[in-house]
Amino acid sequence: MSGREAPLDRIAPPRPRRADLRSQGEPERWAMGGALALGIVLIVGFLLLVLWNGVTTFWPRPLVELELVDGSRVAGEPTRSETFEPSDAQLGALAPAQPERVAAAGGSATRVLYRVGNFDLYGEDFRWVSDFEVAARTTPADLWFFERVEWGPFVGRFVRLRLGDEVLAADALSGERLRAVHRAARQRFEDIRSIERSEIGAVNRRIEERRLSVRAVELAEGGGSAAHRRAEADAATELAELAREYDGLAARAAELRRTDAAQLVTLADVSGREKELPLSSLTRFYAPNELGAAGKLGVYLGRWREFLTEEPREANTEGGVLPAIFGTAAMTLLMVLVVTPFGVITALYLREYARQGRLVSIVRISVNNLAGVPSIVYGVFGLGFFAYTLGVRIDELFYAERLPSPTFGTGGLLWASLTLALLTVPVVIVATEEALAAVPRSVREGSLACGASKWQTIRRVVLPQAMPGIMTGLILAMARGAGEVAPLMLVGVVKLAPELPVDGTFPFVHFERSFMHLGFHIYDVGFQSRNSEAGKPMVFVTTLLLIALIFAMNVTAIGIRARLKRRFAGAQF
Amino acid sequence: MDRVSREEDEGTAYHPIEGPQGSALEVEKFSLWYGEKQALTEITLDVQRGLVTSLIGPSGCGKSTLLRSLNRMNDLIDGLRTSGHVRLDGEEIYGPGVDVIALRKRMGMVFQKPNPFPMSVAENVVYPLRVDGVRDRRVLDETVERALQASALWDEVKDRLGESALGLSGGQQQRLCIARAIAGDPEVLLMDEPCSALDPIATSKIEELIAALRGRYTILIVTHNMQQAARVSDNTAFMYLGRLIEYGETEKVFVAPKLQRTQDYVTGRFG
Repeated sequence: MSGREAPLDRIAPPRPRRADLRSQGEPERWAMGGALALGIVLIVGFLLLVLWNGVTTFWPRPLVELELVDGSRVAGEPTRSETFEPSDAQLGALAPAQPERVAAAGGSATRVLYRVGNFDLYGEDFRWVSDFEVAARTTPADLWFFERVEWGPFVGRFVRLRLGDEVLAADALSGERLRAVHRAARQRFEDIRSIERSEIGAVNRRIEERRLSVRAVELAEGGGSAAHRRAEADAATELAELAREYDGLAARAAELRRTDAAQLVTLADVSGREKELPLSSLTRFYAPNELGAAGKLGVYLGRWREFLTEEPREANTEGGVLPAIFGTAAMTLLMVLVVTPFGVITALYLREYARQGRLVSIVRISVNNLAGVPSIVYGVFGLGFFAYTLGVRIDELFYAERLPSPTFGTGGLLWASLTLALLTVPVVIVATEEALAAVPRSVREGSLACGASKWQTIRRVVLPQAMPGIMTGLILAMARGAGEVAPLMLVGVVKLAPELPVDGTFPFVHFERSFMHLGFHIYDVGFQSRNSEAGKPMVFVTTLLLIALIFAMNVTAIGIRARLKRRFAGAQF
Repeated sequence: MDRVSREEDEGTAYHPIEGPQGSALEVEKFSLWYGEKQALTEITLDVQRGLVTSLIGPSGCGKSTLLRSLNRMNDLIDGLRTSGHVRLDGEEIYGPGVDVIALRKRMGMVFQKPNPFPMSVAENVVYPLRVDGVRDRRVLDETVERALQASALWDEVKDRLGESALGLSGGQQQRLCIARAIAGDPEVLLMDEPCSALDPIATSKIEELIAALRGRYTILIVTHNMQQAARVSDNTAFMYLGRLIEYGETEKVFVAPKLQRTQDYVTGRFG
């Protein structure tokens, strides 16, 4: 053996070599790090933009009053400014000194976009004012910002308040008195709405139910049959009773409306044009220039509260988004409830029971590819299959008396959730399969050796151990589903649906109702409203809210997963 | 090496064995194929009731395959074929209509790597009872204490029965697996290299445990460690290339083997 070993002195001494430049450092690392840094910068930048714009939107801004060169007056909130190059026609209309100033600045001038409000007077919410048009700029303390139920905000001053026969001029009116009267007016406004919406709505629902039950008898027994006539007779007395109830409520609402109409407030814009409107149509008013930090904070928080807890007004550009928050959350939860069992069971069969072969491979590849199908295709499928095929069949079987108006035969919460479940099920299947494959064989064998059946092994040992991985799949599915808009536009999301899909009337969860969705709300407010400039802040706030909602749902799921993982801590050794 | 190859067709050498209670498991001319590959060839072996029998032999000799054939864990493998007989208390276990699940409940099994389940220590122990649908809290609690006492783990874990079993050390996990294997009160305990993933201290604890369990259960242990076989077992079977080469009382197999190949293996000349 020793004869085969090389003599030590024959080993060559190390030869000095020149290293390649690439082996000196790692230039590729810069590229990789750079790509990551770019990605992080983009994401953080986007989040900061949304966060900043979303958070500052509701903060009350100062009001500026401008006297223009031509003598007219403008008042409003400055929103943004830009430099532009005025045309010759614009410059020609000016006094001679100003074009020179513009020329000295290289032909460019600055202009500021003011939110002037008073849409009903001016026909526009926003107005650009160039610097050279401005003669004087003040921030008067007595300039008020009024938020109204209709026509957007009003910028101007109080003139007088009429309470029935009593007329109070602005300077004779104490702030406390005004606030008290206003609060009462708002309360009355809420009462009217509650009577008209909830109580009259409930009576209407009962009338409709009664009518439908008669119609059901007619469909079952035939029109004009004895049973039908009897049902009609029964219904007639009850309907008369309901009609009396309806009239009583309507009279109460009319009474409140008369009181409401007697309390009028007169406002005037900066050039003195007056506008008289019901006191109750003012939702909030403040004088931003004399408001302290605490007062501003109050306005800010009040606006957030309104945004989070109320319904939209004014083509969704004002008011709140509660129905959209609710619709998004309800749809996502329902989707998770559907997709979890569906995806997990499918993955269990594919991984644990199906004989691994060509067919299973093809199925697996197909499932993976499903994740890449454009979501609008799912929307079309959902509408065609769920609503127009399944839903129409359900209507024929169970809701025949309501036809021709569809119940399930059109888009709604259930169909939207099912469509999204279909859209996200590949993600769940793939994640679950991987999680199942990662459960070591030794653990399965340990269970089988204890005399457990295959199903007992899966249920008691494999699934619990795979649960964190399955949760990861669900988180991904939820994130994708909650942010999806395109398919929802086809299967149940609408611009305005103040009736929540879950409420106090039987059967409490109304799967057939159409609903609002934050993602669609962004699209609608930002790109479909009459005044996109007015909607812009809403877009940012809604985006912030949508991101926050998805974030909250994901954090919850991640928290659950972390707790599961802790239970299995130390699985590797 | 030439002395070994001479024994190619010598068959099996048996030492006379006198078990006090007769045999628990009888393997007779048992052969096993994975697809086309024959893994076991005509094994014939009587495992004595209440004693510790060790299976030794070089890697790939089929000792684990034989062990896993006894509770039909190999059933999970596609393309498996067997011939010959295996009897537990005289009952054929490869016959038609055998309830494999009932069979496995009569045999506890301990694996190479500790494989506790992702649940609490107590739930791990009572797992065989749980799959039988036992819900009686009293029975379960008794079983936990009895099995953990028997596996010498009780004093170490009695205050953390509700904690995850995965937080235990490797040696504790393996003793937990032994507790789990005996919780269902099996007749036979099958151990597949139970100490191969453990340090020497944990190994000695497991060996003490095997000694303590001797007499109560029929124990069959696969091991790579010759000293371990010599220390813990009453009888030893030496396997090579899918055949049983020599089987007898441990002392005889180690001290006075009949065959040269056995001698070469137990003295460390090959393997």
